[in-house]
Amino acid sequence: MSERQLKDISLEEIEALAVGAWILGTGGGGSPYLGLLNLRRLYADGHRVQLMSPLDLDDDDWVAVVSNMGAPLVGQERLADSRSIARAVRMQEELNNIKFRAVMSVEIGGGNGMQALMAAAHLGIPVVDADCMGRAFPEAQMTSVAIGGLRPYPCTLYDPRGIEAVVTKVPSWKWMERASRKICVEMGSIASTSKAPRTGREVKDWGIHFTTTAAIRIGRVVEGANRRHEDPIAAMLASEGGKQLFTGKIVDVERRTTEGFLRGSATIEGSDGDRGDRLKLSFQNEWVVAWRNGEAIAMCPDLICVLDSVNGHAVGTETVRYGQRVTVVALPAPTVLTSARGLEFVGPRAFGYDLDFRSLFSPTEAGA
Amino acid sequence: MKRIGIDVGGTNTDAVLLVDEKVVHSVKRPTTADITSGILDALKALRANPAAAIPVEAVVIGTTHFINAVVQRRHLQKVAAIRIGLPASASLPPFCDWPADLAAMVSGDIFMLEGGHDYDGRPFMPLDTAGLKAAARRIKDKGLHSVAVCSSFSPLDPSCETTAREILADICPDAAVTLSHDLGRIGLLERENAALLNAALNDLAVTTVAAFRKAIADSGLDAPLFLTQNDGTVMQAEIATAFPVMSFASGATNSMRGAAHLSGLADAMVVDVGGTTSDIGQLRHGFPREANAVVEVGGVRTLFRMPDLLSIGLGGGSHVEGTPIRVGPLSVGYRLTSEALVFGGTRVTATDIAVAAGLVDVGDRSRVASLPGTLIDAALADAKRKLEETIDRMKTEAGDVPLLAVGGGAFLVPERLPGVSEIVRVPHGDCANAVGAAIAQVSGEADQVFRELSRNEAIAAARSIAEDRAVQAGAARVSLKTIDVEDMPIAYLPGNALRVRVRVAGAIAEPALV
Repeated sequence: MSERQLKDISLEEIEALAVGAWILGTGGGGSPYLGLLNLRRLYADGHRVQLMSPLDLDDDDWVAVVSNMGAPLVGQERLADSRSIARAVRMQEELNNIKFRAVMSVEIGGGNGMQALMAAAHLGIPVVDADCMGRAFPEAQMTSVAIGGLRPYPCTLYDPRGIEAVVTKVPSWKWMERASRKICVEMGSIASTSKAPRTGREVKDWGIHFTTTAAIRIGRVVEGANRRHEDPIAAMLASEGGKQLFTGKIVDVERRTTEGFLRGSATIEGSDGDRGDRLKLSFQNEWVVAWRNGEAIAMCPDLICVLDSVNGHAVGTETVRYGQRVTVVALPAPTVLTSARGLEFVGPRAFGYDLDFRSLFSPTEAGA
Repeated sequence: MKRIGIDVGGTNTDAVLLVDEKVVHSVKRPTTADITSGILDALKALRANPAAAIPVEAVVIGTTHFINAVVQRRHLQKVAAIRIGLPASASLPPFCDWPADLAAMVSGDIFMLEGGHDYDGRPFMPLDTAGLKAAARRIKDKGLHSVAVCSSFSPLDPSCETTAREILADICPDAAVTLSHDLGRIGLLERENAALLNAALNDLAVTTVAAFRKAIADSGLDAPLFLTQNDGTVMQAEIATAFPVMSFASGATNSMRGAAHLSGLADAMVVDVGGTTSDIGQLRHGFPREANAVVEVGGVRTLFRMPDLLSIGLGGGSHVEGTPIRVGPLSVGYRLTSEALVFGGTRVTATDIAVAAGLVDVGDRSRVASLPGTLIDAALADAKRKLEETIDRMKTEAGDVPLLAVGGGAFLVPERLPGVSEIVRVPHGDCANAVGAAIAQVSGEADQVFRELSRNEAIAAARSIAEDRAVQAGAARVSLKTIDVEDMPIAYLPGNALRVRVRVAGAIAEPALV
């Protein structure tokens, strides 16, 4: 009977999803553009994708959790392919002798926000309106299902030249990240993956719900305001309950790779109301901490988003450049991430910052 | 140094003679429908001046002819697209992100084959040479004369593309072949798009460059021909014939470089007011600031180096009409000299307003004497408001900046603008674009991923590749200077992978060596 709850996703909604997912990527996750191209073609060929509420899953349903793993730069040469992500899902079915009821993205932020739809189009099953991050994060253990202590294995990895791999068993999510990352690097630093299958019960308990809808809503608000020549950022903040942190011009970008991550900082010189001040943004693939004149004013897991001041589109940590005019905003993190256990996985200390998490959106702050 | 610079714009064709970096003479002639007779007119007029009766070392032409062909969907030919990199990327074939009309016009056939490389230089799959031979035979059978080849990670290892060229040369020797790694950057789809557009312009490039050559010869000159490219540097005509896409944005770049040269200012805002549009950009170290990443040409995403410009429909030929009064965006274009009031026409243009206001003295001033003062004031106020807004949007720093006003319609720029410290006008500023063409240097670029090298070693390696490419393109090696360096560590890759982009430029080598 839950069939009646399925909702067709229109191409217009997918276009909006690409804009919204890039904003929720908080600087990382890669651009959703190639995923959007895939979906445009799939829709032109007659494929359709349906969206399913996580609450409509039966407890014993199986849900595939997909992601495209690897370096965004490699993704610019080995283009995201919907059939590869579908194959990684099929591998899980063959391995575990199960049938998936639906598929969901491990992260809604960035390019991975589109992967579940690409797989779903080929598999003919719906996409669950949920993910495991509510944004983008750099590593597999930085998920709601890891915070929930759910089983981390098995994980399938697929490379289109015919390499199929499974990480059958690991003692922890961190080990899953390490083992699968090694395989991914050998595959050419990009792989289609299907993470440990989840039951309907697990998705209902630990999935971050309605994030596909949120990404579509954000994209619509931003593009709608652009069409009406209104301020897209103000419109998005009003819609999502976010806060503007700073506006200005990028005056310095420093990047380095350590342990395979893109780390560094971007410094913004204030303009308008922020003239005379500086905001420094530390990043590790995604924006992690915002420092105003040296004081941490926003931090992970709250979403720190750097947006083009004119059109409100996201600016990535790989594409941020001197001279860009940007507005930095914060959006509230899903509550599972800000719980005490959640902060162990995705709080500032998980990224090496000796800071006690203070949310811009906590009840005490809200009254201030 | 004695050089002639020519800029072929939508309204005027300008020609200047530079001797030792000084403008000796300049002329402006209407652009003609066939382009080349306008160039010949301008060259003849320039040569009629006694100062120009000297041998010149080079003729440098800047033209928007090729980009206009794409935008206007004219003179494009069918292209066979060969993508090497399967089984990856199969769901996004060549032309997948093109506007449907342009794809239908250009796509002659599509071949997707196994091969290509990984980010670290390892072969991705063995190259499908049998498939390449079969593709070449079909290209020959279908009578296609232009082919674009794009292989994954070819900027790191072009061998799959060069093998494809050898096979094509063997089986269908009449076909012109564009290899994507010659056009640049990492980003398969955008690099492939550049190659496809380039291949679609092959016939037009051959005939256009031949016509340019003939115009030069007909004017009595015997000098090598260069064409300017997007980044404000030049390429030999033979290279331009093979790479027409490299000239796409040269017009605006030339005028900014010319403005810098004429004024001696290396850092300033520039407004180039032409017949139809005003282009506003920013000079940094004498070169235009570049657009951030992907640039759309005729609706196709590409990765050319393009100046970061805002264009507004405001120029000397702009229509003045409406309530309230608006200037532009419609323009009489190259018909200015027959349609404007001061030239005996019937349409009120921005030039007529400027003549009536005493800002410029062209044509027959008595024909605008009856224009009401309220109309003149309203039109000038509208032009000022448009310029003010656009300049503010392009500014990247607070505080007032100098503004260089150049181009044939520079008289529309008022003496004072908010946010502008001073308006700088220069002699020959109306031909700044032709000056920019004449002073252009030869460049070379490298964009590669290096592993297991220190940052300095990687940059040095990239610089050496860029320098070799510049020399190959006609630069004198001793004169080469680095224009910009960008390095970016790459996430999730082992071996301290570093992507380095280096661009160098230098003087045109002695003609004898060309």
